[in-house]
Amino acid sequence: MIRRALILYALLVVLFFGVGTVLGPANISLLLVQSFAYALIALGLNIQWGYGGLFNFGIMGFLMVGGFAVTFVSYPVNGEFWASDGPMLLGRALLAFLIGAALVVGARFADRIGIKGRWQSVLTVIAWIAAYVIYRSQIDPAAAYIEATDAGWVGGLGLNPVLGWAFGGLLAAGIAYIIGRICLGLRTDYLAIATIGISEIVRALLKNMDWLTRGTLTVSPIPWPVPLPQDLQADGMAISQSFIYSRLGFLAVVVVVLALIFFLVQRAYAGPWGRMMRAIRDNYIAAGSMGKNVTARQLEIFIFGSVLMAIGGAMLVSFAQIYDPGSYQPINHTFLIWVMLIVGGAGNNWGAIFGGLLIYLTWMISDPVAQAVFSTLSHWSTDMGWGAIPDIQSRSSQMRVLVLGLVITFALRYAPKGLIPEVIKRG
Amino acid sequence: MNEIIFFINNVVVSGLVLGSVYALGGIGITLVFGILRFAHFAHGDMMTMGAFVTFVLAALMTALGIAAPVPMAVIVLPAAMVITAGLALGIDRIFYAPLRLRGARPVTLLIASIGVTLIIQGLIRLFFGTGTYSFYDLQPKVLYRVAVPLFDATRTINFTQPQVLMVVVTVIAVLALHLFLTRSRLGKAMRAMADNADLAQVSGINTKLVVRVTWVIAGSLACLAGTMLALDVTLKPDLAFNIVLPLFAAAIVGGLGQAYGAIAGGFLIGFAEMCAVFNWAILLRPLKPMLPQWVEIPANLAIVPTEYKLTVAFVILVITLLVRPTGIFKGASS
Repeated sequence: MIRRALILYALLVVLFFGVGTVLGPANISLLLVQSFAYALIALGLNIQWGYGGLFNFGIMGFLMVGGFAVTFVSYPVNGEFWASDGPMLLGRALLAFLIGAALVVGARFADRIGIKGRWQSVLTVIAWIAAYVIYRSQIDPAAAYIEATDAGWVGGLGLNPVLGWAFGGLLAAGIAYIIGRICLGLRTDYLAIATIGISEIVRALLKNMDWLTRGTLTVSPIPWPVPLPQDLQADGMAISQSFIYSRLGFLAVVVVVLALIFFLVQRAYAGPWGRMMRAIRDNYIAAGSMGKNVTARQLEIFIFGSVLMAIGGAMLVSFAQIYDPGSYQPINHTFLIWVMLIVGGAGNNWGAIFGGLLIYLTWMISDPVAQAVFSTLSHWSTDMGWGAIPDIQSRSSQMRVLVLGLVITFALRYAPKGLIPEVIKRG
Repeated sequence: MNEIIFFINNVVVSGLVLGSVYALGGIGITLVFGILRFAHFAHGDMMTMGAFVTFVLAALMTALGIAAPVPMAVIVLPAAMVITAGLALGIDRIFYAPLRLRGARPVTLLIASIGVTLIIQGLIRLFFGTGTYSFYDLQPKVLYRVAVPLFDATRTINFTQPQVLMVVVTVIAVLALHLFLTRSRLGKAMRAMADNADLAQVSGINTKLVVRVTWVIAGSLACLAGTMLALDVTLKPDLAFNIVLPLFAAAIVGGLGQAYGAIAGGFLIGFAEMCAVFNWAILLRPLKPMLPQWVEIPANLAIVPTEYKLTVAFVILVITLLVRPTGIFKGASS
């Protein structure tokens, strides 16, 4: 098995080199940074699905949360907003939110004071409605005020982007805790639909809360943790060189983070914790009988995975320097990650990383490859007198969706355990 | 009175139209789940595929110089439904049947259905591009205005021809499905298999045939729903992919596996979305003289802002899953 993994990784390196010589060092360094960030996200999904058997289809939501977090932390401070009445109004909205949350939580514990059964349900519904009305009554004027003033939105905090990545992980942990608490009792396919629904809700919120994220107006430029190409150029580096070196600098940061997390995850999975997780995944009833707290462990693993996803999502936004909540799509940000994990091998960290790198490369190069194939075919059909293929450019950019679908279908059919399958040590 | 007509236009008519789409799509999802026990994610794209089949057939007919008083799409619809049913059977044969034979878990089939989603969408985009198409390039959409001769109303109740068609077609399809499920031998076999597949097989029901019939019904209903949706709005590659979650919401609210539940769930979600974005202040304004002076009616009393319309369906979906995962009609749950 180790030999197989080594051969596959060697082939991957050859593939990256091959693509690199065709596309040039600037492009391949860009692809490398993004594919390593995706590998981290795939590792997060591997923790959830490969270790825990949790069917999370809401990856897009966590990527968006990570992206928002890094935008908020690292974007320069918006002085006009802090000078206006905005912070005070938002403070009141936050207070209203806390009052609402207290009402809902209070209704949950209403049975302590003797309100039980049906009456408690009625009380819960009333508490939710009251909380919603109270919150809306404060947030609507605040949002309208902020969007109407010159400030436009709350801006950022102007801190280091790496802090933003960490904040993304923290925020995702909180959200994953809430989602996990309410959803993890569901069966696998119901869990998939519930998480995809929640991620759509997250997307709708981040897209429409213009006062917080600027919505479809997008935020840019988001700073890098390492020198930007412009900074290197200011130091006298040639333009073509500056892109390569700055991206390599970013790549180094991403790889260090990935390697650190990979080491920790691998250690944890090889130890008693990993064995317990496998036991819960394979037979949660038996694991429960052995005294393992199945619900708590599953919640734990759901949170861990989501944190990694959010960090990966935050890295991608930092690197792209733009946060556009409208650009997130289930195909690009949820299904793509699933294909990575299934093809790479669920339950194996090496497999998850491999799948992340390979599938991202495939996803990105299927456009130029399709374009080349189409132009060749077009030349041929023109020679045959059938005329050229119309709109080659726009058609080939759509090829990646088809390629992704074919890849996942073939993988399920001929390598259902993935290219680097899970290794289960016995004895 | 004008306010009530405004309400009818914005909630009753729109809710009915949206509910019909959700009901037609939801039935397909719920039937596939009932028989094959997996969440068929590609159903939305099957609808889009059906709409494109209709579009191509309609374009062919128009190119042949055939003209008709009704939209061409309606005339070619039966043929398109047959073709889409055939495509659905083909998809099952190629993508799902091998996995079923291997005894794959429902989760694997769900992932496979996402692969199918991607392939269908990729092929549609490859051949038709990402632009939008309209069935009404040649003739304008017929708009009906019904005047209400009551209480000095000046506004009219408005709806378009495709909207009428959609409601009529939904009623016919639901009735036909009802008769099929309750009267025919095959329909009864289908219900038996949805209840207990093993028992159905032991008692001599040809389960392979039932599976095929399920795909035929799902495919043709998907074509119907997709075409109707495309007639009402416009035809584009992500036409139904965007509403696949509301469709699941409809199926789950009604109870997965329950055909009638999906219909009820579809209309429930359709009306809920419309009620949630409706500005209720409009209905309150005529009551202004009757209210005491100090009561002020806010300008906007919509429950959620318009941009969160689809979110309503997701919230209902999540609440249903948490409070009553079996749906309002007790659904198949394994």
